[in-house]
Amino acid sequence: MSEGQLDRRAAVAALLRDPGDLLVVTGLGGTTYDAGAAGDRPENFYLWGAMGAAAMVGLGLALARPARRVLVLTGDGEMLMGLGALATIAAQALPNLAVAVLDNGRFGETGAQLSHTARGTDLAAVARGCGWGRACTVAAAGDLEDLRLRLRNEPLFAVVRIAPEEAPRVLPPRDGALLHHRFRAALLGP
Amino acid sequence: MEPNGWQDAVFEALRRARIRQVGYVPDAGHARLIARAHAEADMRAVVLTTEEEGVALAAGAWLGGDRAVLLMQSSGVGNCVNMLSLPLNCRMPFLALVTMRGEWGEFNPWQVPMGNAAGPVLAAMGVLVRRVERAEDAAETVEGAAALAFDSAVPVAVLLAQRLIGAKVWVR
Repeated sequence: MSEGQLDRRAAVAALLRDPGDLLVVTGLGGTTYDAGAAGDRPENFYLWGAMGAAAMVGLGLALARPARRVLVLTGDGEMLMGLGALATIAAQALPNLAVAVLDNGRFGETGAQLSHTARGTDLAAVARGCGWGRACTVAAAGDLEDLRLRLRNEPLFAVVRIAPEEAPRVLPPRDGALLHHRFRAALLGP
Repeated sequence: MEPNGWQDAVFEALRRARIRQVGYVPDAGHARLIARAHAEADMRAVVLTTEEEGVALAAGAWLGGDRAVLLMQSSGVGNCVNMLSLPLNCRMPFLALVTMRGEWGEFNPWQVPMGNAAGPVLAAMGVLVRRVERAEDAAETVEGAAALAFDSAVPVAVLLAQRLIGAKVWVR
């Protein structure tokens, strides 16, 4: 497949525009930096490790807060490590959880080795096969605003085809206890 | 559902502990708990493809204000190891009930290595390990473990001995 063209920082900034009370979980590596660059906020829970956890953290959170929207933002490598989560989430058929995978076909943290998505794996097709009723792939900047709205309103699995270029590091907080406590305080009160 | 003394008592302990999400990879020793969790209006039972999903599910539940438990067999402990960095690093509660295989009257040798290592592996990761050998201790141990996990924000695993569950009968 040809390389994605979207600039990852611009894409994430577009998807996280006007976050309101959106609850965001990011996967380790690039998407954590992208979300931090788009604007740190206590309702962002950044994973810096526990690779493969992002989608399942989103599921537990969405089950706990059915009246709130939850968006998981992660990369292709992180999603590939927890692929079973796509089946587990589909089996729960929740209305308030969406997952967006920034797909550059690379393991960006470790030297940009080609990932499975650069070798034939289509994550949107995997999600459909797992039972997701709505899955899409977005490759054009002009489609990001429509995707932003869908991710805020639908149980959608989306692949966003980004360019492989690395963006400058923007490091949000990485103390897990701090991230946990500020998230719960923002959501549940002191 | 056929009543089952100690397993029903453990379920009541989980209910008293206000557990709302029950992640599980099925095990015969947890069958009663799984069935009761599915039937309970105030609980959400979540079938997992692999045990580490349940560690992440519990973290998400806690972020959202819910308490969760992970039900698994000793073989699943090995699948959870790196994922335990999530509750440990974030200083979140974590509670798991582990049915033991490979330690007593085991017919299947493939269960022995992880059964033998489950407790030490959990302890090596910093999980507090409690063990139930007798049916009359099960509910009290689970209740104490839940209080420890959620009140002190630490990871706790309760190992339910294979002798308690009963060795799996392979040849009837």
